[in-house]
Amino acid sequence: MNCRSEVLEVSVEGRQVEEALLAVLHTVLLHRSTGKFHYKKEGTYSIGTVGTQDVDCDFIDFTYVRVSSEELDRALRKVVGEFKDALRNSGGDGLGQMSLEFYQKKKSRWPFSDECIPWEVWTVKVHVVALATEQERQICREKVGEKLCEKVINIVEVMNRHEYLPKMPTQSEVDNVFDTGLRDVQPYLYKISFQITDALGTSVTTTMRRLIKDTLAL
Amino acid sequence: METDLNSQDRKDLDKFIKFFALKTVQVIVQARLGEKICTRSSSSPTGSDWFNLAIKDIPEVTHEAKKALAGQLPAVGRSMCVEISLKTSEGDSMELEIWCLEMNEKCDKEIKVSYTVYNRLSLLLKSLLAITRVTPAYRLSRKQGHEYVILYRIYFGEVQLTGLGEGFQTVRVGTVGTPVGTITLSCAYRINLAFMSTRQFERTPPIMGIIIDHFVDRPYPSSSPMHPCNYRTAGEDTGVTYPSVEDSQEVCTTSFSTSPPSQCVFTVTKAHFQTPTPVVTDTLRVPMAGLAFSHQPAALGVGSADLAYPVVFAAGLNATHPHQLMVPGKEGGVPLAPNQPVHGAQADQERLATCTPSDGTHCAATPSSSEDTETVSNSSEGRASPHDVLETIFVRKVGAFVNKPINQVTLTSLDIPFAMFAPKNLELEDTDPMVNPPDSPDTESPLQGSLHSDGSSGGSSGNTHDDFVMIDFKPAFSKDDILPMDLGTFYREFQNPPQLSSLSIDIGAQSMAEDLDSLPEKLAVHEKNVREFDAFVETLQ
Repeated sequence: MNCRSEVLEVSVEGRQVEEALLAVLHTVLLHRSTGKFHYKKEGTYSIGTVGTQDVDCDFIDFTYVRVSSEELDRALRKVVGEFKDALRNSGGDGLGQMSLEFYQKKKSRWPFSDECIPWEVWTVKVHVVALATEQERQICREKVGEKLCEKVINIVEVMNRHEYLPKMPTQSEVDNVFDTGLRDVQPYLYKISFQITDALGTSVTTTMRRLIKDTLAL
Repeated sequence: METDLNSQDRKDLDKFIKFFALKTVQVIVQARLGEKICTRSSSSPTGSDWFNLAIKDIPEVTHEAKKALAGQLPAVGRSMCVEISLKTSEGDSMELEIWCLEMNEKCDKEIKVSYTVYNRLSLLLKSLLAITRVTPAYRLSRKQGHEYVILYRIYFGEVQLTGLGEGFQTVRVGTVGTPVGTITLSCAYRINLAFMSTRQFERTPPIMGIIIDHFVDRPYPSSSPMHPCNYRTAGEDTGVTYPSVEDSQEVCTTSFSTSPPSQCVFTVTKAHFQTPTPVVTDTLRVPMAGLAFSHQPAALGVGSADLAYPVVFAAGLNATHPHQLMVPGKEGGVPLAPNQPVHGAQADQERLATCTPSDGTHCAATPSSSEDTETVSNSSEGRASPHDVLETIFVRKVGAFVNKPINQVTLTSLDIPFAMFAPKNLELEDTDPMVNPPDSPDTESPLQGSLHSDGSSGGSSGNTHDDFVMIDFKPAFSKDDILPMDLGTFYREFQNPPQLSSLSIDIGAQSMAEDLDSLPEKLAVHEKNVREFDAFVETLQ
């Protein structure tokens, strides 16, 4: 099974980075979250209820829908904040990308650690622009809002293809498919990573870091 | 169409499709109410949340949907459609979107009904939640108020897209294959939002009916004539069998606007100031007076000398709604003031925004331009409890009323309550640091000065005394002797300053040319004074 990969690109002003990313990530996770599973004796399960809420963006003329889960929102805001700081500190062209990867865990026999097999990856490429006048910023607000509308439609289109989704797991396998750590909702197992890229699209610092980390991990 | 479905699966599938249709309508209509929707997740299944999603059921909407479906399900050639349209206070209407739930013949026999179809329908509802916030009508619906409202209509049968104008776009929300056909959910939306010039009288009941129907508070429906949300033409009625529709009586009396049911809009004219609270409440019940308001902003805009100026504002009974409640029982009439019509110099009817508590606070200090109104009202959600803020505002406004009678003529021609308030509020004004600029302790308070001035509007208002009170309110730190104009004009002028002449290219070029020409002369002069320069330089060393 191949991992399907979707790439979205956004050009935003510095202060819009967080909201634009949150809008995309939350829209994807809305579709990739279910209610909490409650397994019953006979192997059947019931599913909890997912609430939703509208979020108005402050710097973009845009509203998106997210699942009503403060824990999930906090987790996303944390990583998006780190990305924004990294972008700001990189001092480069203001290019970066964030990846939301859905994966399944496959238990391996000792001594090998569990494998993480991604089945869907969403990559958001962010390009930060600097604007000079208030008028430009106002136009940017509206334009980015319209762009995000298009992105949501793209996301929904992909979701609608009903392509591969992990099978609903048994109780023993549920942690290999879903993130059961949240209190109120249960998204598919996911991880978020990001990298700051230079104009050529190659990641500068993170490549080095990853190399070192990988060598040390062994 | 033959299916291999067993009867249980068939029953389940029919149930799923029926409830999916009902939930679809709920999501669409709720997304056009103009409010942010928030529902809670629940880890323990309640059993009543279809498709594992917390979607509230508005009873009227369910009722309308059931009535439209009349016991049938979407099938080939029979689609369930939700039409979203915009209606202005003047009666012009425009279709904005048509959401269609259709079924086609493409069957997926292999699919599991109780599991896969159910989950995919759930996913489709989530997609619908996302898409409903993304079409142009969403932003329009968030700004609806007493200028326009968003209406919905549910019908069953052939999809009618002609009302959407030319070049409408479609977005597909999603599809779900089932053993009996493929369910498709899509939206066709208008992109040409230029308003239609001709009124569609054949489709709309008289204005009176609409405004009353939509702006009357729910507890008082009985006096309103029926305004069906279903614009059923004769063609649609035939051929559709209706089993007895329960609750038909309720249908007649419900308002079908998707603007918040608790929103009330009414006009209070000056005459009302003379009378205590009951008049106001009566106005609430009989908002016929509200019909006049659409003309008022224009009147205000030209600074009409008409004494009977109206105050237009929206009152919401729902505490969570950004539109604020006019507290009856407070004397003196209207505490809240909309920003925009007051400054009517650019009386732009579309910009007539409702006054939210944050607006109200701004009203007191800085009546802002129409652009600000929009931003402020958009960001006003989630502010402090409406009633607290309202209290504060109201206290200020009492002061404003007193401030208002700038010239003696106005004072005497005003209604008695103003005179009554005048002495009281002078005190309020004096002690209020926002009104008396602290940096001018020696000069008499602008209020007092203006009270005695004759003819001049006291500098805070370029408009006549008959403009809404707020214009004449002396904003903090403003002095009328420097700039004899009202704050609104001042603000507008200074927001759009003329370009600096030195920055304009022509003049720059000119001066460059002049400079270049005059260089030789200047050089000659300097050469003559060489000795002075040398002496000067020596003093520096």
